Amino acid sequence: MATDSNKSQSKKSAVQTTGHAWDGDIQEFNNPLPNWWVWAFYATIVFALIYWVFYPAWPIGRDYTKGVMNDIEYTTADGKQVKRHWNTRSLFEKNMREATLAQQKYLDQLASSSIEEIAKDEEKSNFAYSMAKVLFADNCAACHQAGGAGVIGSYPNLADDDWLWGGKFEQIKTSITGGRNGIMPSFQAKLTAAQLDDVAEFVLSLSKHETDAAKTARGKEIFTGQKGGCFYCHTKAGTGSTTSGAANLTDSVWTLANVPAADTLEAKKAAVKAVIKHGVNRKMPAWDKRLTETQIKILAFYVHQLGGGK
Amino acid sequence: MKHETIETNAGWLIALTFIVISIGGLAEIVPLYFIEDTVEEVKVAGVETIRPYTPLEVRGRDIYMREGCYLCHSQMIRPFRDEALRYGHYSLAAESKYDHPFQWGSKRTGPDLARVGKKYSNQWHVQHLLKPRSVVPESIMPNYPWLLKNKLEYKDIEARLKALKMVGVPYSVTKADYDNNVKRFGKDVAKMLDANQAETNLMNQALTNNYDGNKTSITEMDALVAYLQVLGTMVDFKKFDDGYFSTFR
Repeated sequence: MATDSNKSQSKKSAVQTTGHAWDGDIQEFNNPLPNWWVWAFYATIVFALIYWVFYPAWPIGRDYTKGVMNDIEYTTADGKQVKRHWNTRSLFEKNMREATLAQQKYLDQLASSSIEEIAKDEEKSNFAYSMAKVLFADNCAACHQAGGAGVIGSYPNLADDDWLWGGKFEQIKTSITGGRNGIMPSFQAKLTAAQLDDVAEFVLSLSKHETDAAKTARGKEIFTGQKGGCFYCHTKAGTGSTTSGAANLTDSVWTLANVPAADTLEAKKAAVKAVIKHGVNRKMPAWDKRLTETQIKILAFYVHQLGGGK
Repeated sequence: MKHETIETNAGWLIALTFIVISIGGLAEIVPLYFIEDTVEEVKVAGVETIRPYTPLEVRGRDIYMREGCYLCHSQMIRPFRDEALRYGHYSLAAESKYDHPFQWGSKRTGPDLARVGKKYSNQWHVQHLLKPRSVVPESIMPNYPWLLKNKLEYKDIEARLKALKMVGVPYSVTKADYDNNVKRFGKDVAKMLDANQAETNLMNQALTNNYDGNKTSITEMDALVAYLQVLGTMVDFKKFDDGYFSTFR
């Protein structure tokens, strides 16, 4: 302790104290700030003064100073000249406009081309592909998954060549533009447990499953008759319809009943029965409010090439 | 006043410290209340399109805050090109003028939600809130299974709306308030903002739209999905000229 106090004593002679003495002997050195620090501090003050002149800064009543010599100038899409004082929103509008101009040549081509023309032309389809890929990831992948494989039981697979609402360019475009509402009524109240079983048996027979002949025949009667009325949407042959979004039941593609994952016929039947029993009500939102016509067009192109478009 | 007087007098020290610290806030915040351009005017054919939340949406918002959604999700699209391309038009001050408190957030662990409304179906939201990884495999969002099990508490909804009215949200209590709302927002919206009808309105909205896919009861899921589906949908930007909203800055 003695050496410590000696040290401070010797230092005291070099640096002044603040002059206070607490509790009789506690004192505080008054070290000056380093020069670089002091000058950097003054520099920030000078910077602020310059900033006040050139950028929006001081409130005056219901308005504020806009700054001088900081105009943001650009031309809008409809040829209007815009000149505004510096602000983040105009800066943003200008950035967006410049980016659009840089892509204009391609965007114009896409806007004026039909989807078929885009698909045929290599340059156009490359540009459309990379643009649509990002759009798909942001907007579509949440349901249809990154690669378009969908979620069985909820969201249709876009990467195969089976289409509920049609796989032609125009049909895909219509699906994206207005959304889709896939509806099948619930047959819980209409059919008995045995009848449900028969219909499921018949539905599985359509996709070449080995089923019980008697049950299948009874199921067919319900499916193609007024009792079930299934044929109104799915057709008598079970091939479905793209106007009502009714699934084709004759192929091995399943979007709701997870038949491929079931090992036994009983399990497959249970999966099909659950769908018939509870019905279907699934909705894809409309995108016309959120995406532009060109964006929807190239998305249709992208989805079309994901899996066998028609 | 001498330095020593302040340092040896706790009362003075507190008062003067408070004043010095307030200066920054006062200089930055107070003028915004007086500058005309702070909150944008958003009217289509003379009717305000940004409206206060309906009773069900208010409860959904309460659940959003209770579950701490704002800790990972912002509701503030900044005017940058990359944000606009991903999330949509930048957020307006007017779009959160009825939020008390606002949900701008400060950190994005998940994506911004300012314009998530109507982007996905109700069914998707329900599935995603129950098990996020069943639809977004790379997601790190927790599961919220209780939202579908918990019945929504809404007996106090009228009082909640009245409390919001006290901080300036135009829910109506008197006939005069209501008439004023009809003028501002149109009749359909004004009906939803009637605090006296809050409980009926809440039940009707939940049962008509059936957000959670369960018709028999009104759950917290109904409220939260109703809230998520309205986020960022009140302004139809196609009805305004490009650059209209930058004239407010």
